[in-house]
Amino acid sequence: MNIIIVGCGKVGEKLIEQLSREEEHNITLIDTNADVVQEVVNEYDVMGVVGSGVDVDTLAEAGIAKADVLIAVAGSDELNLMLCLMAKKLGDCQTIARVRKPEYFKTIHLIKEELGLAMVVNPEYTSANEIARILRFPTAIKIDTFAKGRVEILKFLVPQDCILNSMKVMDISSKLKSGILICGVERGEEAFIPSGNFEIQSGDFLSIVAPIGQAGAFFKKIGIRTDRVKDTMIVGGGDTAYYLAKQLLQRGIAVKIIEQNQERCEQLFQSLPGAVIAHGDGTDNKILMEEGLTHFGSFVSLTNIDEENVLLSLYAKSKIDGKVITKINRIEYGKVIGDLQLGTTIYPKNITAEYIVRFVRALKNSMGSDIETLHYILDGKAEALEFIIKENSPISNIKLEELNLKENILIACITRNGKHIIPHGQDMIVSGDSVVVVALKNRVTDISDILK
Amino acid sequence: MNYKMILNILGWVLKIEAACMLLPLLCAVCYGETAEIYVFVLCALLCLLVGTGISLRRPKNKVMYAREGFVAVALSWVLLSIFGALPFVISKNIPNFIDAFFETVSGFTTTGASILTDVEALPKSLLMWRSFSHWLGGMGVLVFLMAILPLSGSGNVFLLKAESPGPAVSKLVPKVKSTAKLLYLIYIAFTVFQIVLMLLGGEDLFTSLTLTFGTAGTGGFGILNSGIAGYSRYTQYLITVFMIAFGVDFSLYYMLFFRNPKSFFKSDELKTYLLIIAAAIFLIFCNTRYLFDTTEETFRNVSFTVGSIITTTGYSTYDFNLWPQFSKTILVLLMFIGACAGSTGGGIKVSRIMILCKSIVKEIRLYAHPRTTLKLKMSGRTIEHETVRGVNVYMSAYVCFFVGALLIISFDNFDFTTNFTAIAATMNNIGPGLNMVGPMGNFSAFSPLSKMVMSICMLVGRLEIFPMLMLFSPYTWKK
Repeated sequence: MNIIIVGCGKVGEKLIEQLSREEEHNITLIDTNADVVQEVVNEYDVMGVVGSGVDVDTLAEAGIAKADVLIAVAGSDELNLMLCLMAKKLGDCQTIARVRKPEYFKTIHLIKEELGLAMVVNPEYTSANEIARILRFPTAIKIDTFAKGRVEILKFLVPQDCILNSMKVMDISSKLKSGILICGVERGEEAFIPSGNFEIQSGDFLSIVAPIGQAGAFFKKIGIRTDRVKDTMIVGGGDTAYYLAKQLLQRGIAVKIIEQNQERCEQLFQSLPGAVIAHGDGTDNKILMEEGLTHFGSFVSLTNIDEENVLLSLYAKSKIDGKVITKINRIEYGKVIGDLQLGTTIYPKNITAEYIVRFVRALKNSMGSDIETLHYILDGKAEALEFIIKENSPISNIKLEELNLKENILIACITRNGKHIIPHGQDMIVSGDSVVVVALKNRVTDISDILK
Repeated sequence: MNYKMILNILGWVLKIEAACMLLPLLCAVCYGETAEIYVFVLCALLCLLVGTGISLRRPKNKVMYAREGFVAVALSWVLLSIFGALPFVISKNIPNFIDAFFETVSGFTTTGASILTDVEALPKSLLMWRSFSHWLGGMGVLVFLMAILPLSGSGNVFLLKAESPGPAVSKLVPKVKSTAKLLYLIYIAFTVFQIVLMLLGGEDLFTSLTLTFGTAGTGGFGILNSGIAGYSRYTQYLITVFMIAFGVDFSLYYMLFFRNPKSFFKSDELKTYLLIIAAAIFLIFCNTRYLFDTTEETFRNVSFTVGSIITTTGYSTYDFNLWPQFSKTILVLLMFIGACAGSTGGGIKVSRIMILCKSIVKEIRLYAHPRTTLKLKMSGRTIEHETVRGVNVYMSAYVCFFVGALLIISFDNFDFTTNFTAIAATMNNIGPGLNMVGPMGNFSAFSPLSKMVMSICMLVGRLEIFPMLMLFSPYTWKK
């Protein structure tokens, strides 16, 4: 597909990194900063055009006439919306805009159709969603959903002295009698899809597939607490905090926001009835204690400064037993921060990019292949893809144990008529099924790609 | 420095060279040149063996930076020339390795300077190899490599940048691979077109192929001692037109055929290039009219010579050594100007000359009105300061290298015109110069040292100085 990306900030670059990995995309980048363009062009196999994205000539040079998708991730919302409008007029393409201002986002549905937008991304809103999802199930570090939210892949850390320690993967279903499947293991730097003989150790990060509701029972059996979060403390009252608090309050979770700016506090107080808004410097641990940090079941650090968020979370981790979530803006130091054992870290930029990539892929599917959902799992090393099986698919009506699958491919879950099957060798896939496939070191764009 | 990646690229370059030797091999089979059959089989196998050997281990880390790109290109060309010289040495047609190396470098860099006194004595297959090296070198071996290999990973763009001539190389389409494919597609299409027209003009296949390869790569190796003088008027005009066509920026052809034909005609570089050609033809025509019998003959010879020199091809129909001084001086100037950036031609390039001239005008205007905001423009676009700086540095390096090379070859004690034009002809990838190295002369009289210096000059000229200089710089090899 011909993709034009306007704006090369962190999200733009992340998008280029992810999309340029896929052979079939021709990517053109537009940015006003010549140095940035030069740098990206040198690093990735893409074309760069220096100029303003709202300039007709620039867009023409970038090949808007033949573009399939335009992604507007420039600095300002107005520019992004304007761009999408122009792109629609100049060529026949799908447009994606990043819109951050809550005022615009709130009313976006009013103009979405008018501007011909295929998708609107709001990094703050998307991050807040992700955080809310994790708070709903605090044991997991990351949760991705499939089959319209009915099947989940959850990632969690195997704690010390857990009964899973030194248990073989094939023994799990017989010993624990639970309907889950381990679809991935991360140990240190490495990630694998475990075979039956694989022995789990404490300290591993396991990713499990489970129909919704099943995971809770599994965690109970292995002795991991799965208490629902009842209250949360948020430090930093930005837009993400606003969206998050709104969602949590709707679900009856008590929220306390600590924000430094008096004016912002008042705004939040107006817009979030039910939430407790405290004015004060959240990085001051005296204030945190005063606000009763130790009584909270979870803690989210959402200030705009990464370093503060890290320190805050480390401090909170030492004080409370519950879930701690940290927002990190800079994506470059992901590895280092991962080593700190902060619990869950949220990278809004990655989430935004991933969200867009998923959409682009889905778009491509409407042009040929048939990926329904796509998530990056195992720290981005593997992909979990959901397919709807068409008639005459090469994998349908064959027992799974007789399928000649490639290495590092796992059929993780089959959904048929609303029922979820954790597949065994005797099971069969039939047309109309939705199938979740985990692929490590393989690129799967069509279900037939999983066969040798 | 990612040595494994560089080795891998070098290996592939050799494998391609092995494949390319199949053409002269076929030629040897057709003409029954038994000795040459063995020579080419042996050389091709050797290339294949060494190539496979050094690219056996696939590099895990495929990241390349500018440094790796430049070094890989420079080393590829040196290696290509060393292995390309083997058929001449092994077949004992050019027994001295330095001579053979000079001849091969001259081929790959599309120079066309020869040390052979009697070209016609060479077997047909070796003539074919000589001419085919022009064609390969014209668009570049690494560009070809990128078109066929899945060289994914970052940094490929540096290979393209290092091998393609011009002050600011950019891609035609988002992918390096597609860009390389498009360039070769246009190149092959033009080549085939010329071959067909040559055949229609009554030339035999061998002549059509060799002369077209020489024209397409703007090389200049002929297959007759008399150059192009012996061919029909039709062929001479045809070659003139195609030489000039191959001296045009290929990205403009892409625009013309695939995207936006208007921008082809709006290109300032193209306009200037054609203007220079027209002006040079007019001036030399007036100056040399008395030497010829008819106006047509004058025009044909003058336009051929101008086209041949400015595109740095180096074919000749007439010994311009015998022309008046004014005409010869114009020709020497054309040698330095060269063809358009992004073409198969050499020289300093029209766009660089334009940028330099515009910088001078800008400087003068700035002296008059110091506060004026001025930016250089070409084809309606602002030229980035970085590009202007690059051109200035290129020129300084060019002059330094030129003077250094001139100094060394002056040991041979030939006259100044010979020495000066010999370096000009090699560094600008033209072929013939004036006096001893004129169209009817050759480079055989120089000492081995001078031949080596001129071989390096040719490589430096083809790769536009910096990739070659980087090979010899200690900074390149430091961690």
